[in-house]
Amino acid sequence: MYQYNDKDQTLIDERVIQFRDQTERFLKGEIADDKYRALRLMNGVYVQTHAPLLRVAGPYGLLSSKQIRKLASIARDYDKGFCHFTTRQNIQFNWPALERVPDILEELASVQMHAIQTSGNCLRNTTTDQLAGVAVDELEDPRPYCEIIRQWTIFHPEFAYLPRKFKIAVSASQQDRAAIRFHDIGLQLVNNEQGETGFQVFVGGGLGRTPIIGKVIRPFLEKKHLLSYLEAILRIYNLYGRRDNKYKARIKILVREAGLAEVRQKVEAEWALIKDKLELSAERISDIQAQFTPPDYQANAAQDTSYADNIANNTDFATWAKYNTAEHKTDGYRAVYISLKAPDSPPGDCTHTQLDAIADMAELYSFGMARTTHRQNLVLADIKQADLFAVWQKLDALQCATPNIGKATDMICCPGLDYCSLANAGSIGIAKEINEALDSMDYVHDLGDLKINISGCMNGCAHQSVGHIGILGVDKKGVEWYQITLGGSSENDAAIGHRLGPAVSKKDVTQVIKTLLEVYVEQRFNEDESFLATVRRVGVAPFKEKTYATH
Amino acid sequence: MQLIKDKQVTQDDWAYIIDETPLKADYIIVSLVRWQQERDQLSRVKHLGLRLASDIDLEEIANDLSHFQLIELYFPVFTDGRAFTHTRLLRSRYGFTGDIRVSGDFMRDQVFYLNRVGVSSFELNDQDNAEQVIQSMHDFSVDSQESVA
Repeated sequence: MYQYNDKDQTLIDERVIQFRDQTERFLKGEIADDKYRALRLMNGVYVQTHAPLLRVAGPYGLLSSKQIRKLASIARDYDKGFCHFTTRQNIQFNWPALERVPDILEELASVQMHAIQTSGNCLRNTTTDQLAGVAVDELEDPRPYCEIIRQWTIFHPEFAYLPRKFKIAVSASQQDRAAIRFHDIGLQLVNNEQGETGFQVFVGGGLGRTPIIGKVIRPFLEKKHLLSYLEAILRIYNLYGRRDNKYKARIKILVREAGLAEVRQKVEAEWALIKDKLELSAERISDIQAQFTPPDYQANAAQDTSYADNIANNTDFATWAKYNTAEHKTDGYRAVYISLKAPDSPPGDCTHTQLDAIADMAELYSFGMARTTHRQNLVLADIKQADLFAVWQKLDALQCATPNIGKATDMICCPGLDYCSLANAGSIGIAKEINEALDSMDYVHDLGDLKINISGCMNGCAHQSVGHIGILGVDKKGVEWYQITLGGSSENDAAIGHRLGPAVSKKDVTQVIKTLLEVYVEQRFNEDESFLATVRRVGVAPFKEKTYATH
Repeated sequence: MQLIKDKQVTQDDWAYIIDETPLKADYIIVSLVRWQQERDQLSRVKHLGLRLASDIDLEEIANDLSHFQLIELYFPVFTDGRAFTHTRLLRSRYGFTGDIRVSGDFMRDQVFYLNRVGVSSFELNDQDNAEQVIQSMHDFSVDSQESVA
C-alpha cells in the first residue's frame, strides 16, 4: 500500500487547518452561504435531511486495518455507530455535526486519510477494480497508476473549479469491474501490437440524469504520457465545458454536443503542446509500483487440504465459498467478499463493531489490508485457503457472510429519502422489501448473476440506469413512484437499461420485481443463460406484458 | 479598491476605463472590444492593461500581448474556473511576463490556486482583509504537481 511521504502528510495536515478556518469563518458569518457551500463540498460535506453528511476519500478503495479502526472510532465518537460505503469506494458518515467535522478530519489525517475533493465540481476520487493486484485476468496492477493520478488530482491548481464534477476510473483486467465506460475518463490498461502496455482512453461516459457510454478517444496511450493526456482533456473541458446549466455541464455533454471528433482534435492539439513537459519517467512509475509489491505469500499455501475437506463436509461453507470468494493469482489463496448486504441492514452500511472486527481479520488473515468495492461491499483480497473456514465463521458471526455477491440481493442502493435532501423517494425500504421477498437463498442462487440497482432520484447515485434491473424513485405530486429499467450493464458490454413501461407505485414495486424474475425463469434458454442475456435475447416485451397484465 | 501585488498590499495605480468613456493618459485598463476598436491610439499608451472576460479565446490576443503590461482576468462568478487555465497558458504558453491581475467574484479561499497558476495581483473587495488574503496564499507549503506557472 502506498505510504504517505512527508509532503503528502503535510498537505493533509495543512488541509485540516484550512478547513477548520473556513468552517469557523462560516459559523461566524464571515463567508457567504454559496461560497462556503462550494468549499465544504470540496471537502465532502453535504447538508442533508437530518445532519451534514461527511464523505471520506477511499483512494482506489484500499484501506489498512489501522484506517478501518479509525473509521470505527469516528463512527462511535462522532456518528451513530456506523458508516456507509459508496459506489465511488468512499466512506460516508451520516450524522456528524458541522462544527466537529474539522476534528474528524484531524483524526483522519492521523491515519493518512482525508475528505479532499470527495464532492464538488472538481477532480474526484479515482476508482479501480477491487481485485486489483490479485485478479487472474489482469494485465498488471492498476493501483500504481491510480496513485499517480491521485497525487496529480489533489489540489490541482488549474482544475479546482471545473464546470462540474470529474471522475476517473482505471481497469487492468479483461472483465471490467470498475465501470470505466461510465466515467468522465476511463483508462483500460492494454497491450498494443508491439506488446507494449499502455492505456486505452475512454472519455465522456457518465450516469446521472443523462447516462452515456464513454467513447474511445485514444486507442493507445504510452504510460509516460498518462498525466499530460489527462491534463489535455481536463484543460479542454475546463475551457469548453458548459457552465450555463449544471445538468449539461459534464464532459459527456460536451462530447455529445461538439462530437467526439472535435473534442479529440482539440485534446490532441493541446496534448501535442504539453506532452514533453509532463512526461512520467520510468523511475517514477517504478518507485510507485514498489509501494504495491505483492505481500509475502506462503509458497506452500496450496498444499493445504482442510479447505477441500471443509467444502465437502459443510454445505453452508461450500455455498459461501462458491459465491463470496474469487480466484486469486497466487495458488492457495482466494479473495473474500465481505457482504454488506445482509437482508435486514441497509446496503453498504457497516457498524463500528463490524469495522473493528474486519480490521482484526484483515490483520490476522490478509496482510492488514481490505478494499471497498463499487458495489458497496468489502474485500479481503489475500486469504490463504487454509484460513477460509475461520474467516467464514467470523464473517458469519458478524452477519457479513450472506452468500449473495453479484446476486439479486446484492443490490446497490443510495441513501434515498431516509437521508438525502435530493431524493424524491425511498430506496433503502425498497431494498429491504425485495430482500424479504427473496428470502430463499436457493432461489436467489438459481437466478444467477443479477444486478439490481436502486436510486431514490434521477441523479442516479446507485447507478440504476446500468442495473440489470434498475429502479428509479420519482415523485409524482408528493407520492413515491418507481420507474423500472431492464438490461443495463456497467461492464465490458456496457448498456443503458430500457424502460419497462409506466412507473409503478411503491406498494407494487416488490411484486413487479418478483414478476420480472418469474418471467426470466420462464424465458431463459437454460440455467446458464443469465438474466441480462435473456433480456437481451427476448427484449423487454415479455416482461412488460406480464408486469402490466398483473398490476 | 484594495490591491495585493506580489503578496504586498499596494496602491492601485491603474484605472479601468469603461467603454465609450474618455481615456486617460497612462496606467489604463481597457476591454478587448475597445482594444480592437482603438488599437492605434491605445498602442501609444505607455502602461496599458487589457481586461479579459472568462469566455476569451487566448489565441485571439496572442499576437498582441507585447502591447500590455497588465492582463486583468475578471471573475463573473467564483465558480467560473476558466481564469485558472487562462493564467497558466498566458504564463507558460504565451510567455506573458507582465502583471496578471484577477478581479470580480473570486474569493480568498481561491488565492492559493491563483497564485500557483501565475496570478501576480489581486483586486480585493472592500470587505476583504488583505493580510488574511495574503496569508491564504500560503495555505499549503507543499504541492503535488510540478510547478505550473
